[in-house]
Amino acid sequence: MQASDSKEASREIVVPGDLLDSSGKEPGPGTYTEGRNIYAAQLGIKTVRQNVVGVVPLSGQYMPERGDMVVGKIEDVSASNWLVDINAPYPAPLHVNEVPWRVEFGETRKFMVPGDVVLLKVVGVDETRRIQVSMNEHGLRKLTGGMILDISPSKVPRIIGKNGSMIQMLKNATGCRIYVGQNGRIWIDGELDDIIKAVKAVKLIEEEAHNVGLTEKIKKLLEEGSRKGE
Amino acid sequence: MGGMTTDIKLLDENGRRVDGRTPEEMRPLRIEAGVLKRADGSAYVEWGLNKVLAAVYGPRECHPRHMQNPTRALVQCKYNMAAFSVDDRKRPGPDRRSQEISKITSEALTHVVFTEYFPRASIDVYIEVLQANAGTRCAGLTAASVALADAGVPMRDLVASCAAGKAAGTVMVDLGKEEDNFGEADIPVGYVPRTKEIVLLQMDGDLTQDEYVKGLNMAIHGCEKVYEIQRDALKRRYEARALDTDIAAPEGAGKGVA
Repeated sequence: MQASDSKEASREIVVPGDLLDSSGKEPGPGTYTEGRNIYAAQLGIKTVRQNVVGVVPLSGQYMPERGDMVVGKIEDVSASNWLVDINAPYPAPLHVNEVPWRVEFGETRKFMVPGDVVLLKVVGVDETRRIQVSMNEHGLRKLTGGMILDISPSKVPRIIGKNGSMIQMLKNATGCRIYVGQNGRIWIDGELDDIIKAVKAVKLIEEEAHNVGLTEKIKKLLEEGSRKGE
Repeated sequence: MGGMTTDIKLLDENGRRVDGRTPEEMRPLRIEAGVLKRADGSAYVEWGLNKVLAAVYGPRECHPRHMQNPTRALVQCKYNMAAFSVDDRKRPGPDRRSQEISKITSEALTHVVFTEYFPRASIDVYIEVLQANAGTRCAGLTAASVALADAGVPMRDLVASCAAGKAAGTVMVDLGKEEDNFGEADIPVGYVPRTKEIVLLQMDGDLTQDEYVKGLNMAIHGCEKVYEIQRDALKRRYEARALDTDIAAPEGAGKGVA
């Protein structure tokens, strides 16, 4: 409890319009400036790292960024494109040149149809927020089997944890194959019991993302599950 | 308004209003953020006998396509009163009044949202009045701005809203139903406290210049109180569980698929 008390002071929740800094620091993500003043633009937690003041959002839509790995659902198929829903405010067309197969014009349906789930990488977002996605990279593929879990995109970093510690723990404890897309979609595959356990853990992480001792709680949950299973 | 007569005493000998308030006193206001699970952001407002729900969806793709703005997002509000929100059943569906309120609310909110971050998108705000007792546009705007912040939409500030008016010859803040119906004037105000900008201003009824200035100042003062309650509602939503540790993940952590 004492440890959390000392941290409380540094975890300040800010609301849009709150003044974050006026001492000439650099504005980070989730902020805007007026003169020398930096204000919060989003509901979130104030963070100060070196000389940068930012806001870690507590909620919000997924905004695609170059290099993001995302789990997408095929929504529509045209002669040379698949239209993929990547949970962003904008549609993401996947061109036939961006898939690892050789697709003749008009034969897109032979490869993927609406409802299919794919692992993609965002390769470009321009200033008008037009998105380009690709499947032409090692590890990117069509996902078959397993299940999809939707969580709030702002909680994705918690699911992954510091340097992937949380997700590694999940994988080790459940033996499931898990992909976490930056867009808040999680693909899980494994034995049914393991999947159920993983889903439970992910839901707990999402719910308690901002609580003290999250890692401990998850560890406990996972251990409990495995003991019962034996 | 003003034309109607009543034998209700809108202000008694002790300077008390129908519901016992002084002219400077607002009705009790309670705001709850994040009450709807399916919406991206939501808020519930109880303001006196007013009960208003607001839900935000988006930013999302704008439909119909021809409404899209290639440079910024659209903030589209829909204000609706439930059939059971008033004494006589309100005929459901959009009418002139609700269309007007939808429009002015959209415009007030557009002013604070960073619409340029989401070109071609639309941010949809739905305001449902469950119970009405005068001042629902203010309650609706107040709820909508909390819901927007709850949805994580980037914005310059919250919009607070409060009304003032004149009843029984006295300028007073936050009119109740009787005061609105039988009073002389009503001024709803939408206000951005940080920059002191007014983003909504209407007037129904007649006031002298002095009365108007007095009323406007009262309403703005009310907005400032509303603003504190809005901020509190948003903070309260996360405060209890916001003591965590792993939040400050190092730069780059959480990027890419594990």
